Amino acid sequence: MSLPAIRVCAVTKHYGALQALAGVDLEVRQGEFFGLLGPNGAGKTTLISALAGLVRPDGGTLEVMGHNVASDYRNARRALGVVPQELVFDPFFSVRELLRIQSGYFGIRGNDDWIDEILASLDLTAKANVNMRALSGGMKRRVLVAQALVHRPPVIVLDEPTAGVDVELRQGLWAFVRKLNRDGHTIVLTTHYLEEAEALCGRIAMLKAGRVVALDTTDNLLQRFATHSLRVRLAEPAAGVALGGAAGEGGWVDFAFDSYADVESLLARLREAGAGVQEMQLGEPDLERVFVEVMQRA
Amino acid sequence: MPEMRESALTGFRTLLYKEVLRFWKVSFQTVMAPVLNALLFLLIFSHVLDRHVTVYGEIAYTSFLLPGLVMMSLLQNAFANSSSSLIQSKITGNIIFVLLPPLSWGEFYAAYVIASVLRGLFVGAGVLLVGLPFVELSFAYPLWILVFALLGGAILGSLGVIAGIWADKFDQLAGFQNFLILPLTMLSGVFYSIHSLPQLWQDVSHANPFFFMIDGFRYGFFGQSDVSPWLSLAVVGVSFVLLAALTLAMLARGYKLRA
Repeated sequence: MSLPAIRVCAVTKHYGALQALAGVDLEVRQGEFFGLLGPNGAGKTTLISALAGLVRPDGGTLEVMGHNVASDYRNARRALGVVPQELVFDPFFSVRELLRIQSGYFGIRGNDDWIDEILASLDLTAKANVNMRALSGGMKRRVLVAQALVHRPPVIVLDEPTAGVDVELRQGLWAFVRKLNRDGHTIVLTTHYLEEAEALCGRIAMLKAGRVVALDTTDNLLQRFATHSLRVRLAEPAAGVALGGAAGEGGWVDFAFDSYADVESLLARLREAGAGVQEMQLGEPDLERVFVEVMQRA
Repeated sequence: MPEMRESALTGFRTLLYKEVLRFWKVSFQTVMAPVLNALLFLLIFSHVLDRHVTVYGEIAYTSFLLPGLVMMSLLQNAFANSSSSLIQSKITGNIIFVLLPPLSWGEFYAAYVIASVLRGLFVGAGVLLVGLPFVELSFAYPLWILVFALLGGAILGSLGVIAGIWADKFDQLAGFQNFLILPLTMLSGVFYSIHSLPQLWQDVSHANPFFFMIDGFRYGFFGQSDVSPWLSLAVVGVSFVLLAALTLAMLARGYKLRA
């Protein structure tokens, strides 16, 4: 079995009385597209910061490609590219200068061919010699992605990269990140857009109050937690409510069930009760429901 | 796959290059302005005092003043370089780009301090060059000049790193600069020989390490000083070692940088 891309063992972190991480255990396999989800304050950014060496945990160990982030920090940091959540930039430099400097920090000189390739992939070639201050927010966000890639890290962490980003850029960014994943990079993503996580991530960990409260493949999570739903518009909504449905506006009543096999018996009972089904919609399980349910149970 | 060249020292050299480029890109503000300030000091004081005051017996006041101004400008700008770079990076958040790469805290320290020394030397050399046409100045022991310039710049560069890391806002940094660095430099004998002071203030001056930086530096020009240059070298050398150790300990602990 190959080395995990990321290994997190019993990591704890306090900020005064606040417990940001309360014993997190996690492994991300090489080549995975992994989602790290949780409400604000769940500890996602603290965990990423600990991986990147920006935060020192109180206990536990973290490894990137087998390199301990404290004792073997040089190799751990070379293996990791981080796209930070905040839109930060150095106002003194142009895009190309910044990427050359960032390459140099990682010990790499003569990196222009790769820098040109990243700029082209992120549609930044025309802005290569423009000062960072003159770029739009979306462009700055792309430069942050470019900065995380200059040293060709096998593991890339994106901390809410699409927060406040328009649809076009978001789609372009995901196409690029998918390509990186296909090329063999391990991707770890935190996001509040659950539909993005559902579409992109093969496996997901959910954090709450510094603990992992769910960790499984996206498919398994959808199977395990989410219920299917049936929405029907009834001539007699009260009859539907009497059968356990939740009344909505305009005669609509919502039913939740675990399997499509239950639909037939439910419709039969509605018919027997004389509810009069006028319209019907089936609801697929989605990650948002899973998320809500996991957070309520945890 | 494009070819990349990796080298162990490239990270340090890049951070040093970035720090030098940062002040060089705004050299009007970081180099020219302090040179002009020092020149104004020189012109005003020389006009008022040159005919009335001599120091060490026969040295004209303006000649005495110029090395002091050179060192004062060097020290203040060395401090300003590392402190302003760090606080700006912390407040804007781009310090992350220096913290994510595999740079050691020793490389971090060396890059910020050497860049500070270089800015101090640029400004000091500028003040010296624009001042020379107005004064007669000897260069008795150039090596002493260089040693004190380098050590003084390194001390203030280290203090700048400490202040830049410690301060959470510009106001705190301004406090550090205005209530510690500025009084210590102004009361260090830049404008006077401490022998012209009452005994009490002479004794107080001896508790100020900045006095030894200026006095030792001035010795390199005139071959005369208020105290032995060896004593000054010892005080300045020990001060540098202590401050470097303190700064490195802060960086090794990740104080305010790696929470």
